[in-house]
Formats: sequence, structure tokens, C-alpha cells
Amino acid sequence: MSVRPIALPGRPTHGRPGRSLPAYAAGAANRVAGVVLVLALWEVVPHLGLISRSALPPLDRVVRAFGDLLGRADLWSAVRETVTGWAIGLAIAVVAGLVVGFLIGTIPWARELTESTIEFLRPIPSVALIPLVVLVYGTDIRSALILVVYASFWQMLIQVLYGMQDVDPVVRETARSYRFGALARMRYVVWPTALPYVMTGLRLAATVALVLEITAELVIGGRGLGSLLARAQSSGAIDNTYAIVVITGLLGVAVNLLAQRAERAALAWHPAHREVPA
Amino acid sequence: MNRVLTLGRSLVLWLALPIVLLVVWWFDSAGSSSFYYPPLRTIVSALHREWLGHRIVDDVIPSLVRLLVGYLVAVAVGVALGVLVGLRRRVRLAAEPVLEFFRAVPPPVVVPVLLLVVGIGSTTKVVIIASGCIWPILLNTVQGVRGVDPVLTETARCYGLDGWARLRTLVLPAASPQIMAGARQGLSIAIILMVISEMMASTGGIGFTVVKFQRNFAMPEMWSGILVLGLIGIVLAMVYRLVERRLLAWYVGMRRLERGEG
Repeated sequence: MSVRPIALPGRPTHGRPGRSLPAYAAGAANRVAGVVLVLALWEVVPHLGLISRSALPPLDRVVRAFGDLLGRADLWSAVRETVTGWAIGLAIAVVAGLVVGFLIGTIPWARELTESTIEFLRPIPSVALIPLVVLVYGTDIRSALILVVYASFWQMLIQVLYGMQDVDPVVRETARSYRFGALARMRYVVWPTALPYVMTGLRLAATVALVLEITAELVIGGRGLGSLLARAQSSGAIDNTYAIVVITGLLGVAVNLLAQRAERAALAWHPAHREVPA
Repeated sequence: MNRVLTLGRSLVLWLALPIVLLVVWWFDSAGSSSFYYPPLRTIVSALHREWLGHRIVDDVIPSLVRLLVGYLVAVAVGVALGVLVGLRRRVRLAAEPVLEFFRAVPPPVVVPVLLLVVGIGSTTKVVIIASGCIWPILLNTVQGVRGVDPVLTETARCYGLDGWARLRTLVLPAASPQIMAGARQGLSIAIILMVISEMMASTGGIGFTVVKFQRNFAMPEMWSGILVLGLIGIVLAMVYRLVERRLLAWYVGMRRLERGEG
């Protein structure tokens, strides 16, 4: 479902192209100023004692802990573990979402028949499965994988279904008049219509997958970033705890950028790319 | 007559698969001797025994109250801050990169930090929920407020609408589809945080109870807890949808007209 307000003619959605260089530079300066201000506050507030240093260590201490962590092998193996779990889980969810979505979208009746089941299964929180996977798989990678796949599969599936529903009836009838076969209809009618939705699903699934991967590591244990964080917390290493939180944030930013890049690359041809449903 | 038929047909289609699945689960598990996969019948009786008694008052309601308080605080603060930031271009430009970073941080990592800093308690859990689910609401509000049609803004200005009146009649309604989308993301984050904050550090609540059953290898009880969490997710999604349908009725109608389906 599109939730972004539709771009009416004359409404600038992205102000970039028309903006002059000085205005652009001023905007960039504003952004940098915001980041610098927050970092400065982070340094100053604990020093002034407004927040206790044991609750919020000043920035320089977190930066030092961050630097130490970057030189440690266990951080990198944790990052590798987390990224691997995220990627495998996301790949399974995306493929499964595409296959199931296209099947439901193609077979007559299937959509109506499965709608209620999907609506019931989708909101079940993935984390409810934690006790079950802990018993069955322990701290094995499969535990986190199940949570990741369960959570991100629905994001993908829903978008694929929206996409397949959105096929323009005129285009569909035209293709039929020209006697497009089932495969050709899929390739030239359904797939281009669904692609923006598929990419939106991919972006949402990528974010959700990371959240669930870290959550699983945090609660269940294992060797990923989440468990590194849990260990830092239980040993009371406050500087390290904050540094690891920052690292998970950077990972989240990386995932977002990657997903945006993929979306842009896949939809470069799309005339209404800026109106991609969110 | 025809309408009754279509209605009956869609009702049958709606109910068929869930009923089939439940029946299959019921009979497939009936003779199960697997430890991890108890018969559905025992799970249902555990559900009845464990959750319909004192646990509703002792665990379920406190969990839900924390969830709702944390979530509503996040919505209120997120929308208020989002409007303040979104209405001023320079503030928005300065704030957006920082907010984007906060949104990118996987929300569950606030749990260990707050446990370390504040310690365990009911307030901590509310703070965890609120601070984890505020970011999508805040950022979507900022973007929704920014996206208000400039023509409408100018028109409002011409008619002398400003301050509270402009906010209530123009800015908030125009931004509401975006705000609701953010609020929906926030709700699923809030549920995750409610569960795991209770799993990681707690002496009560639904998450804690489920993990306690798991540690005692009480399988039917653990499964019943999973069902309770699932039901809560389903009910909250339904409530959310009702609220959304009411708040965005105008928007859905407008979209339908624009697509030529009116």
C-alpha cells in the first residue's frame, strides 16, 4: 500500500535538481552542523555532570573504546557472524516471498483463500519463537535464522502481492489481445509492475532482518555483535557497550544505503521512480 | 440475493484455510509423543489453565500497560518533535542525518544500554519501549510535514490561518498518512521490545513467563505462551487497522478517486 502522499503535478518531491549550488552548499553545511552539535553535546554534557559519566561516558572515551574494538579480532568475527546470518536469512526470505507471492498472485482464488491466514500469521511477533528455537537449536546459527526469515518473509510477501494486484487492467487486456503467452505476460506485464513493490519489500525486509538478527544474538547468545554487546553489558564495560551500539548503528546505515542503492539501480528505467510506494 | 451469495462466498474463502490448518494441527499433533511438539489439545488446556487465571492480572496486563504507555509516549513525543523539526527547513536539515542514524540503530540494542544505566524496573521497560519505537514515528512526521503541498500552505497563509489552526487543519492531516506509516513500524518495534526486555531482565510479564516455562522444560505451557504472544500481535494489528481506517478514511477515498476507481 502506498503511504507516501502521491506527487501531484507541481509539487516538488525532491528539491535537488532545481536548486542552485550555493543553496545546496548551505544545506550541506546545515547537515554537518547538526552532526557536529550532537557530537559536541555528547562530549560536554557528561563532563559538566548534567548526566553521570557512568550513564553516558563522554565521546572521547567511547571513541577510544571504538578504536580499541576495531583492532580486536573478536569484533571482526562478530561482525562477520552477524552479516552472514543477516544475508542468509534475507536471501531465504526474499526468494520465498517472491515464489509464494507470485504463486498466490497467479493462481485464481489463491489470493482470497490465503488472505485471512496471511493476516493472522503476519503480526505474530517473531520474538515469540525465541523460547522454541532456543530449545531446539540452542545457540546454533539456525536459531537466529528462523527469527530473521519469519520476520522478513512477510514484508517481502505483502509487497509482492500488492505489486501483482497493481497491474493496469488496460495493459493486461492489451497483452491478452496481442496473445502474449503466460510467460511473456509475466515478463513484460507483471514483473515490471511489481518490481517497485518488490524493491520496497527488499528494503523493508533488509532492515527488519538486521533488527531480528541482532535481537536473536542479544537474547539467545552465540558469536555475533548482539552477543558481544550482551557480554560488554554484563561485565559493566560501559564505554565498550556504547561503542558496540554505535557499530550496530553504522551497520544499520550500511544496510539502508545498500538497499537504497539496489532500489535505485533496479528502477533506473522506471518513469515514476520518485513515487515508489513506501 | 446475489449480494448474499458473494458475501457468503467470501466468508467461506476467508475462513476455509485457517480452519483447515487448525484441524490439521489438531489431528496431526494428537498422537504426538515428541517432547518439543505436544498435542494441540494439551497446549489449549495449558492456555486455559496458565493464562486465564491470576496471570492475566499479574503478567499480561502489566506487560500490555507498559507497551501502551511506552508506545503512546513515543507517538506523542515523536509527532510533536517531528512537527517542530519538519516546519523549519534549517532545523530539519541539521537534524535529519542524526535522526537517520538513530533510526538505523537496531532498536533492541537500547535494552542492554538502559539496563546498565538505569537498572531493571517497570519504568526502565517503558523507557526502552518508547526510546526504541520513537524514531520511525519522528522521521516520518518530519517527512510528512515537509511534504505538505506548498499551494495549500500558501492558501492557508492567505486566509490568515496560522499557529494552532494551521497545524490542526492543514499540517497534521496532510502529514497523517506518513505519520500512520511510521506509527505502524513503531508498533511492531514496541512489541519486540516489550517481549525481549522481559526476557532479558525481569521478574514478571509475558516474556519472562514464557522463558521461565522454557527453562523448566514445560513444553505445553511454553507453547501456550507463544500463542498468547501471537494473539496479542494479531489483536494489536487489528486495533491499529481500525484506528488507521478512521483517521485516514479521507485519504483512502482520495486515492481511489485519483486512480479512477471512484
